[in-house]
Amino acid sequence: MASVPHDDHGHGGHGNHHIPKVSTYLANYVFLMVMLVLTFAVAQVDLGALNIVVAVLISVIKTSAVVLIFMGVKYNSRLTWFWASVGFIWLFALFLTLGDYVTRQWVHLPIGW
Amino acid sequence: MSSIPLQPGALGTPNEQARENYLNIKHTVASWLLTKDHKRIAVLYGLSISIMFFLGGLAAAGIRVALVRPHDTFFSSEAYNKLFSAHGIIMVFFFLVPSIPATLGNFLLPIMIGARDLAFPRLNLLSWYIYIIGALITLGAIATGGIDTGWTFYVPYSSVYSNTDVVAVIVGVFFAGFASIFTGINFLVTVHKMRAPGMTWFRMPLFVWAMYATSIVMVLGTPVVAITLLLVVLERVFGVCIFNPACGGDPILFEHLFWFYSHPAVYIMILPSMGVISEVITCFSRKRVFGYEFVAFSSMAIALLGFFVWGHHMFVTGESMYGGMVFSIITFLIAVPSAIKVFNWSATMYKGNVWLSAPLLYAIGFIFLFTIGGLTGLYLASLAVDVHLNMTYFVVAHFHYVMVGGAIFGYMAGMHFWWPKITGRMYPEGWAKLACIIMFVGFNLTFFPQFILGFLGMPRRYHFYPPEYQMWNILSSAGASVLAVGFAIPFFYWMWSLKYGELAGPNPWGAKGLEWAIPSPPPSHNFDSVPIVTEEAYAYEEIYARELAGDYSDSQVDRPVSPLNTEQPDQKTLEDHSSTEESL
Amino acid sequence: MSSAQLEVAPQRLAHQFEDIDQQNECYIVGMWTFLVTEIMFFGALFLALTVYRSVYPNSFFEAHLALNKWLGLLNTFILLTSSFFVAMGVRAKMLGQNSATQFWLGLTILCAFGFLGVKYVEYSAEFREHHFPGPNFHFVATQPPGGDLSANSQVASGQPNISSRDFPAGYHPQQLELHKRQLFFSLYFVMTGLHGLHVIIGILVLGSIWFLIRYKHPSVDDYMTLELAGLYWHFVDIVWIFLYPLVYLIGRQ
Repeated sequence: MASVPHDDHGHGGHGNHHIPKVSTYLANYVFLMVMLVLTFAVAQVDLGALNIVVAVLISVIKTSAVVLIFMGVKYNSRLTWFWASVGFIWLFALFLTLGDYVTRQWVHLPIGW
Repeated sequence: MSSIPLQPGALGTPNEQARENYLNIKHTVASWLLTKDHKRIAVLYGLSISIMFFLGGLAAAGIRVALVRPHDTFFSSEAYNKLFSAHGIIMVFFFLVPSIPATLGNFLLPIMIGARDLAFPRLNLLSWYIYIIGALITLGAIATGGIDTGWTFYVPYSSVYSNTDVVAVIVGVFFAGFASIFTGINFLVTVHKMRAPGMTWFRMPLFVWAMYATSIVMVLGTPVVAITLLLVVLERVFGVCIFNPACGGDPILFEHLFWFYSHPAVYIMILPSMGVISEVITCFSRKRVFGYEFVAFSSMAIALLGFFVWGHHMFVTGESMYGGMVFSIITFLIAVPSAIKVFNWSATMYKGNVWLSAPLLYAIGFIFLFTIGGLTGLYLASLAVDVHLNMTYFVVAHFHYVMVGGAIFGYMAGMHFWWPKITGRMYPEGWAKLACIIMFVGFNLTFFPQFILGFLGMPRRYHFYPPEYQMWNILSSAGASVLAVGFAIPFFYWMWSLKYGELAGPNPWGAKGLEWAIPSPPPSHNFDSVPIVTEEAYAYEEIYARELAGDYSDSQVDRPVSPLNTEQPDQKTLEDHSSTEESL
Repeated sequence: MSSAQLEVAPQRLAHQFEDIDQQNECYIVGMWTFLVTEIMFFGALFLALTVYRSVYPNSFFEAHLALNKWLGLLNTFILLTSSFFVAMGVRAKMLGQNSATQFWLGLTILCAFGFLGVKYVEYSAEFREHHFPGPNFHFVATQPPGGDLSANSQVASGQPNISSRDFPAGYHPQQLELHKRQLFFSLYFVMTGLHGLHVIIGILVLGSIWFLIRYKHPSVDDYMTLELAGLYWHFVDIVWIFLYPLVYLIGRQ
């Protein structure tokens, strides 16, 4: 009968969690500040429909910086990578709803929108 | 599966009951209400959802009483609306969604993968408390005035016009949603991180796969319906304007968001049942599940694909025609993994040494009813046919075949299969079979006439109907009474078995799986030592060979040997059996 | 300070786990799974915003001009800074430096209150001007209302000349235009309100951890408690990262 002996409960230990340097955090913060200024500056320029694309793109970059460095996903296991991306990826499924709104106007209907 | 030796043929002895287990370790009320043991929480959940099932069933009885006559005078029309709303809300959010995951899943998932508990025991208890709070709020609202929106809460009726207590009910449902999110998070982390050494993904029992797939749906879907219902509350309370067409909102957006959860929620209800059925069929056929990987992946496929079909609820409510086409196609696609499962279950039973016990009887009932429910779903997925059938009793019959015939038959199969494990006692086999047959007959008598009613054009949720529909409605109501008897019988014999049932040994069925390798009822810590898994799930070949040779000692309860079983197999059958997997 | 020399402070193992690494990863993955639900939760709101914005682009542009983008900018700055602070706090806690943890945590909570203060200034101005949706909703447009109707080709495609007789009684173009702006403010208040609620929850969580560390309660000996609270706080920041450009900085279509 093969089995692993039961660990004694309640004992402690040291995890091998990576601790980033202070300079990494500082650099990331400065990067976020630059991105924030960029967000605001780009919004002042009239790019037409591109405005929202750029705005979302910058937001995605900022989010990645927060998720990877501040939230430590960069230093974590693949499983954490997986679950950290699932939510953002699955938003695409939700946003498929937009397909309805885009295609609704393909059919000419006298009323409604 | 595990290398922990079983004691073949050792039936439970009175000594067995004296042994310390999760039930008798402490008897105080506080030891139950503050427990962090997943098995006790499962029992708490089991009792709670049984009460909700009873209440939801009462509402259903009211509906069937009202529909016996074309112009019912027993209930006012307002009361009728409140009855079917209460029935739907209680059954969907407070019974079906938590049914198998929170009871059997909670109880078995850690044991099946060789863990001492779920990853977050306190979160598990919190989940039950949140569920209870939600249930009390909802029941309170229903008792003090009710709600008449139906379980779908469609706007703008629910947000503007309904005079009933929509806010309280939605708050209750919101709580129940969080309870199911917490269960989902717990299961996902547990399956990922708590598996015993050697328990690889493809050695996991299919029930665990089903739980994993279900949890994904819970985690990804539930928050969307939570925010949607919250918006309805905000519209009612603060007068903000999101969905109300009177101020430029789009009620279809509500339907999109609502069904983004509520269609996958159907898979929250049916996937766990499918997991149970896989376990039951393989055990009582004494055969490895045919195409294990296919069954496992079809669970995942159903869970993920299930997120892309929600628009089929809106074919006739103003969704774009092109959207309808796409949703129709994907809905047809999702029938494929469901059909894979049905084929694989049938193939598992083929040439198996089938033991027609009560759990298997329920499982076979499941396959019949789920197949009918699934196939009629394809009628509804066809755009043109749906124009005729939408909002009729055809839809009602269809989803009851899936929800009751599928989810509840699966739940009953699982409850019978694991009852000896949970309580340490056997249920009376004869009564269980009788109840199953009564349920099956009553169920079909209740809901098959509704297919015809729907086809003839009777709309759902209507209080009055033309007299020519009366015959079918009477049949349906008569069937509902039979069904009620069927549901009542297990309640009594289960209670009886708690005291008088034969003591079950650790493994009454001769089943494979870690849960059968530990005593019944299991001790609080599940395993004395961490099991090491060396085999894949369902390695039934040896038992099969022994039983065909006439040695039935693996099952600790008497197994009736049917004439079919006594037939000696030729060498070819045995070879076929052991090579099933490879030939895939 | 090189990371190779840093060692994580000791932790206690709960009975259901085999070792500390398993326990830590369970907690982190569990928290991320919870954040997935939060992402979907706010995702639905962003979807509603996208839908209505694409249907009523000009009304949304007009309505958003009433928001103070400078205060929004200030708040984004505050939240990003607090995100940095809480990351530093978690780092200090990992190293077992309790007083440093309290310092960074205190700054984070200060930022959170600052955010709520700015939000209070914004809300009170908006309530004063009757921008809260409901029967008293009122909006003085910067350009004559109805501009959206002529410009909004998506809605009116194929119907070039919309006059009031195309609408049911009580739904004149002006009324309709007001409704669309009210829709924008509905979404604005719901989204910022729910985000604000998350900020308040964050203050409660971080604040109680601050106090527990202050009184050396054993429940916060393990840095995981703060690590998870930190993950939550970063998420609150991420919501605002998207909210700010999509609500305060809507472009002219």
